[in-house]
Amino acid sequence: MENNIPGSKKRRLRFPYKIRVEPRLVEAPGWVSVLLTIASIILALMVGAVLIALGGGDPIKAYIHIGKASFGSLGVFSDTLVKATPLMLVGLACSIAFRMKLWNIGAEGQFFIGAFAASVVVLLPVLPDSSPKWLFILIMFIFGFIGGALWGVIPGFLKVKFNVNEIISTLMMNYIAVFWNNYFIYAVWSEGGFQMSKTFPKNAWLPRLSDFAKDAPIFQGLTTHLGLVFAVIAAVIIWFILYRSKWGYEIRLIGDNAKAAKYSGISIGKNIILVMALSGGLAGLAGMSEISGVVHRLQGSISPGYGFTGIIIAWLAKLNPLAVIVVSILFGALILAGRELQPKGIPTMIQGVIFVFLIASDFFVRNRILFSRNIEE
Amino acid sequence: MPKEEVPDLKVIAHMQGIRKRFPGVLANDQVDFELREGEVHALLGENGAGKSTLMNILAGLYHPDSGTINIRGKQVSFNSPQDAIKVGIGMIHQHFMLVPSQTVTENVLLGLNDPPFIINLKDYDDKIRQLGERLGLIVDPRAKIWQLTVGEQQRVEILKMLYRGTNVLIMDEPTAVLAPSEIEDLFLTLRKMTAEGKSIVFISHKLNEITEISDRVTVLRRGKVTASGINTRETTREKLAELMVGREVLFRIDKKPVKPGDVVLSVENVQAENDKNLQSLRGLSLQVRAGEIVGLAGVAGNGQSELAEVITGLRKCTAGKICIHGQDTTNQSTLTSIRQGVSHIPEDRTHVGSAPNLSITDNVIMKNYNQQPIGMGWLINSLAANRFATKLKDEYEITAPLINTPVRLLSGGNLQRVILAREISSKPKLMVAVQPTRGLDVGAIEGVQRLLMQQREAGAAVLLISEELEELLSLSDRIYIIYEGQIMGEVTDGDIRKIGLMMTGTPLDKIGKEITEEDGK
Ligand SMILES: Nc1ncnc2c1ncn2[C@@H]1O[C@H](COP(=O)(O)OP(=O)(O)OP(=O)(O)O)[C@@H](O)[C@H]1O
Ligand SMILES: [Mg+2]
Repeated sequence: MENNIPGSKKRRLRFPYKIRVEPRLVEAPGWVSVLLTIASIILALMVGAVLIALGGGDPIKAYIHIGKASFGSLGVFSDTLVKATPLMLVGLACSIAFRMKLWNIGAEGQFFIGAFAASVVVLLPVLPDSSPKWLFILIMFIFGFIGGALWGVIPGFLKVKFNVNEIISTLMMNYIAVFWNNYFIYAVWSEGGFQMSKTFPKNAWLPRLSDFAKDAPIFQGLTTHLGLVFAVIAAVIIWFILYRSKWGYEIRLIGDNAKAAKYSGISIGKNIILVMALSGGLAGLAGMSEISGVVHRLQGSISPGYGFTGIIIAWLAKLNPLAVIVVSILFGALILAGRELQPKGIPTMIQGVIFVFLIASDFFVRNRILFSRNIEE
Repeated sequence: MPKEEVPDLKVIAHMQGIRKRFPGVLANDQVDFELREGEVHALLGENGAGKSTLMNILAGLYHPDSGTINIRGKQVSFNSPQDAIKVGIGMIHQHFMLVPSQTVTENVLLGLNDPPFIINLKDYDDKIRQLGERLGLIVDPRAKIWQLTVGEQQRVEILKMLYRGTNVLIMDEPTAVLAPSEIEDLFLTLRKMTAEGKSIVFISHKLNEITEISDRVTVLRRGKVTASGINTRETTREKLAELMVGREVLFRIDKKPVKPGDVVLSVENVQAENDKNLQSLRGLSLQVRAGEIVGLAGVAGNGQSELAEVITGLRKCTAGKICIHGQDTTNQSTLTSIRQGVSHIPEDRTHVGSAPNLSITDNVIMKNYNQQPIGMGWLINSLAANRFATKLKDEYEITAPLINTPVRLLSGGNLQRVILAREISSKPKLMVAVQPTRGLDVGAIEGVQRLLMQQREAGAAVLLISEELEELLSLSDRIYIIYEGQIMGEVTDGDIRKIGLMMTGTPLDKIGKEITEEDGK
């Protein structure tokens, strides 16, 4: 009885509507998820605007600046594509692994080992500096891919043989890869005491658009390199593998229900190793393309966390290889704008906000939210 | 006096003109449904007829496109299952929604505001035990869910609903997962509940269960009502079957004489462990010949699923020998066994037999995606795959909007048809069928049984593992009885008495004496 009084007070203070969350049982139609993705990007930009304003900036100017800095001219768009190239390859690497519910978060390490292996071709050297360009590119491509693939296969093997959780092993191997690289640039291939190797001979550079400026002046100063072609072709190949090949069918079946795959006679262990090899190989290729197309030497700071951004990209692209291309270009733009914009953290922050909103939107695709009046009982 | 003649029987729930459309199907079309106080109302219909949909609407999971629901004369509109529970309607789905690592009590209390903090659950344990004892729902409140059998888990689901004050309980195919003795217990509970004035909606495909437990029946066919609340007593199994299928259903299958051929499957002294690493097959031996359906009878959990897995390469045997067509295939891979023409209808259709988010096409090609014409080199010919899926969808009457519909959206029986279509269409030499007709409607059961007969006539060897004695008796040429991982004996004359004794652990050689002694008296 005494409880009645505070109870009723409480009730009056209560929010008059109740909000409930329930899993959707009826499939949300496809357009809902597309719409929510777009809406969440817009919302994220708005939240970003508020944060910029709070930081004392002018959000509209900032966004226009980001747009201009990334898409404003052929020159900057070309730079955006340069940034997008490793993201695409790494995004593909994560997509194919995640498709099989293999949580490879070691793309960063595989990227570094790919870069290292490609550098070996020049620095060991495997090929003399005077070798023809095509031979350099071919061998570096193969080395980069195999390097990354090996780095992916090790955790794959550990998972198959000893049931080691791949999240932990791939994460740990990121550190090993970075320190491995550091050892070589500090101690072995250090150039004049700097923590970097000598510059690669021109023969070992991936051709850039600007290389063709003599014949087509419009390409003057454009840094987009052959790696972009690798990435786009890789995306198409991965799409084809996933949806048109037996292997892709096996990957999708294992990803959806491993028991059913086993029951269909599919070897899970073999596929774990193969997919980790492909995934690692793609990330390694990203490292090779970055070394040979952009940096032209082996050094410490070759990745601003590409391997981790790849996880986000794969997720945003809903693991669809073709969508990875588009998402990577958007992220490339944000990274590029980051160089221009003060304070420097803004684009990174917007990336983060977009990601949070997209995860939230996924929640809305799966669940429905109900508002109802609080009924007095 | 029969209940239905009491004039003032209260209508507790009344659904009128219910319509619900899913992409590509009209699941409910102007459906009326009336539930009275204290009755067991059976809901009957073919696979995909819309039974689960209708009850999901009554339980607040789906919103109808049109139509009204009245509860005790008052119109309601549910936005969620909680709304339905508030007016006393609760539903138990076929797949349970319990937290395996928590105790029975914790599961029952889950989502309730009382107690606000879980401090002393002892009082609640007692409360739940008492509630259970009153209605014959015997389960230890402090046991963890994962330790319970399927039947016990179902009791927890019922307790959960009763604890929330439910007086209308909807059960979607509750008996499909139960052993015969558990079904008896469930029926006792249901009777106690109706005696207390609670109402029950009971969905089942088994006509004998419906005639046993229900007071009235409503029949659905392709989303429409074909019989509304008829008295169970005034109808027959045959009439009900005709109402739901739209034609006469033969309950008898004629078995053509087939001369058994060579031994296809021979299992010799096989031993194997189950998932908990306990010995589950203890020196089991049996043989199946070509052109023969061999039944394996036994209470669930006596090693049946392990045997099926050992034969199909999904489980390793620790001792013994398995030969297929005279070739030693002990511990070979699943792929080899598929290549040898062994097909397998698994017991667990959602977790083993299908990939829920993949399309019907992707699900039917699971066993032949790497064979011509679907597999070509390292590619999959998607045209051929789609053609194959369309053919199976028509042949096996799989009701689904499109062949690229994810199978997760199919009704229970249609999912089973997808699996059957895949396994039978491969023209197997040896077929291991575990509960092949579970969840199917009578029409479809007839169809599957006929298909199994055709396999037999075509010279395939069929090992039929089932808990339904009736099905085993009508289909099998011989029946083995399994008990604790061993074969107790073999019956060729369909003697139910002998089968029953062996199922409880008396070997055949001991039975001979017992029965003759009895007969002598
Ligand atoms: N969430 C959903 N999305 C799309 N279609 C659905 C959904 N739920 C059911 N359906 C379709 O509606 C129809 C009716 O399904 P329902 O599950 O009600 O059948 P049922 O009578 O319970 O059949 P069964 O005896 O096989 O369980 C089926 O064709 C099914 O494919
Ligand atoms: Mg159903």
